[in-house]
Amino acid sequence: MNRKKLQKLTDTLTKNCKHFNKFEVQCLINLFYNLVGDVTERQGMVTGLDRNAFRNILHMTFGMTDDMIMDRVFRGFDKDNDGCVNVSEWISGLSVFLRGTLEEKMKYCFEVFDLNGDGFISKEEMFHMLKNSLLKQPSEEDPDEGIKDLVEITLKKMDHDHDGKLSFSDYEQAVREETLLLEAFGPCLPDPKSEMEFEAQVFKDPNEFNDI
Amino acid sequence: MSETTVKSEEVDENGQPLLFLSVPHIKIRNFGQLSRFLLIAKDTKLKEAQACVEANRDPVAKILGLDYNTMKEDTSTVNILEEVTKGEDSENEIKMKIARLLSQLDLHLLNHSLKHISLEISLNPTSVKNDIEMLKNFSGKGEQTVLESISYTSDYEFSNGCRAPPWRQIHGEICYVLVKPHDVETLCITCSAEGVFLNGGKTDNEGEINYERKGEIYKDLVTFLKEKSAKFSENMSKQEKRFSNKKEKKEPTNEPPEKEEAAPVQKAITGSGKRTLEKNQINFGKSQMTKRLEPSLSWKATVRFKEYRSLLRDPQEEKHRRRPERSGPSVKLGRAQLVRKSTEKIEEIVSESSSESEEDEEPLDRQEANADLPSEYWQIQKLVKYLKGGNQTATVIALCSMKDFNLAQETCQLAIRDVGGLEVLINLLDTDEVKCKIGSLKILKEISHNPQIRRNIVDLGGLPVMVNTLDSPHKSLKCLAAETIANVAKFRRARQAVRRYGGITKLVALLDCGKSSAEPAQSSLYDARDVEVARCGALALWSCSKSYTNKEAIRKAGGIPLLARLLKTSHENMLIPVVGTLQECASEENYRAAIKAERIIENLVKNLNSENEQLQEHCAMAIYQCAEDKETRDLVRLHGGLKRLASLLDNTDNKERLAAVTGAIWKCSISKENVTKFREYKAIETLVGLLTDQPEEVLVNVVGALGECCQDYENRVLVRKCGGIPPLVNLLVGVNQALLVNVTKAVGACAVEPESMMIIDRLDGVRLLWSLLKNPHPEVKASAAWALCPCIQNTKDAGEMVRSFVGGLELVVNLLKSDNKEVLASVCAAITNIAKDQENLAVITDRGVVPLLSKLANTNNDKLRRHLAEAISHCCMWGRNRVAFGEYKAVAPLVHYLKSDDPNVHRATAQALYQLSEDADNCVTIHENGAVKLLLDMVGSTDQDLQEAAAGCISNIRRLALATEKARYI
Repeated sequence: MNRKKLQKLTDTLTKNCKHFNKFEVQCLINLFYNLVGDVTERQGMVTGLDRNAFRNILHMTFGMTDDMIMDRVFRGFDKDNDGCVNVSEWISGLSVFLRGTLEEKMKYCFEVFDLNGDGFISKEEMFHMLKNSLLKQPSEEDPDEGIKDLVEITLKKMDHDHDGKLSFSDYEQAVREETLLLEAFGPCLPDPKSEMEFEAQVFKDPNEFNDI
Repeated sequence: MSETTVKSEEVDENGQPLLFLSVPHIKIRNFGQLSRFLLIAKDTKLKEAQACVEANRDPVAKILGLDYNTMKEDTSTVNILEEVTKGEDSENEIKMKIARLLSQLDLHLLNHSLKHISLEISLNPTSVKNDIEMLKNFSGKGEQTVLESISYTSDYEFSNGCRAPPWRQIHGEICYVLVKPHDVETLCITCSAEGVFLNGGKTDNEGEINYERKGEIYKDLVTFLKEKSAKFSENMSKQEKRFSNKKEKKEPTNEPPEKEEAAPVQKAITGSGKRTLEKNQINFGKSQMTKRLEPSLSWKATVRFKEYRSLLRDPQEEKHRRRPERSGPSVKLGRAQLVRKSTEKIEEIVSESSSESEEDEEPLDRQEANADLPSEYWQIQKLVKYLKGGNQTATVIALCSMKDFNLAQETCQLAIRDVGGLEVLINLLDTDEVKCKIGSLKILKEISHNPQIRRNIVDLGGLPVMVNTLDSPHKSLKCLAAETIANVAKFRRARQAVRRYGGITKLVALLDCGKSSAEPAQSSLYDARDVEVARCGALALWSCSKSYTNKEAIRKAGGIPLLARLLKTSHENMLIPVVGTLQECASEENYRAAIKAERIIENLVKNLNSENEQLQEHCAMAIYQCAEDKETRDLVRLHGGLKRLASLLDNTDNKERLAAVTGAIWKCSISKENVTKFREYKAIETLVGLLTDQPEEVLVNVVGALGECCQDYENRVLVRKCGGIPPLVNLLVGVNQALLVNVTKAVGACAVEPESMMIIDRLDGVRLLWSLLKNPHPEVKASAAWALCPCIQNTKDAGEMVRSFVGGLELVVNLLKSDNKEVLASVCAAITNIAKDQENLAVITDRGVVPLLSKLANTNNDKLRRHLAEAISHCCMWGRNRVAFGEYKAVAPLVHYLKSDDPNVHRATAQALYQLSEDADNCVTIHENGAVKLLLDMVGSTDQDLQEAAAGCISNIRRLALATEKARYI
């Protein structure tokens, strides 16, 4: 990509993004193209990170392990649903991911947790997301018992309108009361440590990122 | 908090304050707030609040939401009860249960207001009747019922609703009930105003009831039965289990305030006997004091003695009657304790379930003893299980859910501990998971208000991890850790541990909030503001600063300049812990110097002007500590602190603050200039007004301040004119050591004025002072002896008065055997004054004052030397005392006093030597010890008395020499 084009891209993206400054955007763009590799562009195909590449990054860089959550995070980034994250999605996604305000993060997290995208987190979805969260104890007759109970506890805590599912306003209210519940159903944001490492690395010298 | 509106800091889930007071409206949104509010409020306000409760008849319904509200109105409790007993419909059962609770709560509330209005009792006939009716509905043969049967012993119901015979009603008993639970045999129970207890049962003949109390008192029938019958409680709790979750949560929060409320009311008011109790208790306190004095000296006031004795008997009877109540639950605190409690910090009260006093009496683990575990216990146990076996997502959910329990309640606190939750919470702090750490600390912070939990946390090694957490890059973690440490470090071992693990340095580092503000705002989610960090740091330091070594550690870690800097900020909740820490630390000399150097006084004075009472209190306290130093006292004046202190005297409701303010005034009034200022601000009059009806902590300071002020002539007159002397003299019968020291000093200062002295004498003050010479504390003895000096000086018939104290002179002489220098000096001074009367001098000579004084002669304490010399010089005036002093070898050491640096000693010694030199042998001794040269120097002194005495002494020696010479020639 030539310098002029890059410059222009940086400018537009910086304008649309409130959490990064120009330098940071540039670094992230560089990183993006490093990750994607220039090859794809020349072939005229859609430039971007596909699901696997993106999940790889989430796993390696941000220490995420839950496949389902990572899938959802990918969908969260991939706004136009074309199966890959392009450069502007990359920047705007990371903007929330790394530096988002509480409101932005709530919105993002809710989207991640709302597996079927119907605007509610249902009991089933919760169960699905929490099913690996407890240590399986062989002594127990029904291994799902604990998970079900945990779902009930969560509902009791967060379901303010008692309709048996979480709407965004339920979720928002609960998170505002207790910020810890932001990632109530699994880590979908980077933990502070890896986030710091990532920022330190990227904004210093993006070219080295590949070597990690 | 502003002038007309008060909002609570707690808010409900909608962000609305739970308590909102805007004159003349008060909105209260939950019972916790309500009870707290009622406790804070004074009697008059209490009525208002109560009116609010009355106006709001169905708060329960409001709490539970509209759904229940309609139901409540439509259906009466009884209807549902019937439905349920017929069918097995589970839904109905829940409804019924709710309705039952509603009615119970309603009843409670009604009783509640009743109590306030008619000074009635906690259990009344109606409530008992309701309880019994309800239980009747539940009893029967089947397995599901709670009881087999329940019935009254008497079918006849009096018009007041009681079934007890009239002669038992006087004792507050309402009715007797026979209960047959499933698993225990028939119980015969007395329901009385004080509660429910097991009586002696029906005697075989004639079905008479043995009214003796056999068991503990319980607050109501249900509690009693739960305790007695396992089956009953099981069935009861079975029904409780079926509640909707919400219901379960509400219940515990609703109940405790009621109990709290009942406590004070019930106390004061059960029947006429109780009312006298209140009166008697005051007398009791008094008579106890006099009792101490009685054996001391059998002086003239035998009439009084009898009077006190009769009073003494009454309270003793009362005590017998009160004893049974003691065994009951927390309701049975003494009234005096209650008064004290209400002045304690609000937080203390709010930790509802366990009052501090209860904890002393009862062993640690009463939870285990209680077979009936509350439903919270099981829920918490489940949550802890998830904490143990969950990944971080599950852990966070469990933590958040746990946080929703009423962690201020002891049952929950202990439940967490008993199911092994503390270990897990502490272990979580060792992980890398920020969210888990935050959640865990949030819980630890709350439950560590409980003293037992604090100890458990320390035992489990919680402090080192928390101290390490202080290093975390996340500010909110730092905050929480510091706050938890602040709670835990309330006892010595914990403070030690904090220091040992390097916590002090880290906490001090937290105070340095200016430095880190340059950092970019990263990961805003877990960040608190720098100010908040510093505040929490200060809070923790405040707790830690209660032990000496920690104070040193804070200083070494450079805490003082940082505290000084924080003091310049204007955040009230920051200033309180900062000033609190300073106040604790100011007890150390090092700190006082540093405080002066850092110009902290200026800011303390500034903050004295704040509206926050707690802040005022701590500022005053810090000034009190620091004002030992003259420069500091001047600084307080220069910065205009005196005026503010004087004006703070006007508000006497907050006793703790009053104590701090009066303390500051006391210490400040050591400087004469300050006293003048105080007089200008009319503080003296106010202080005199504070001499009555104040707690001892306040009195000590008030009297101390007056003692200092009365060093001035004008103030002495002022105190007399304001009628300050009678209350001062009355305080002489106290038992508090610090108070007595100050009172005697103040009385002594007043006695300098002959007119005041007349009042003191009339009130028998001298006799009281004299009796204090028997006080076990040397300080009190000394102070009393000092006070006696002006008394004897300024009474007309001093000699006669002194003689009237049978055994008094002997007592004084015997005090010369004390080994406390201050006591000795003061007693010598007293003897000096006593010896001015010839007859008394004769008596003390008979009592052997001469050898005792002589024995003291070998001392190098200038104060003692001076007064000893004075005493000797006055004692020389009788019989052959001069010779006796010589024989007891008191003369030689006296001569050495002349080498002292103190001119007062010189004068007294010269006078003594002058007196002694009237005897020839003494002249020889004086001469042999080389006094002449020293005396010659003193003849040249500017002090006339000294001149005269020295010259007289020399002339005596010279005359003797001449006489000897003459004798030789003849």
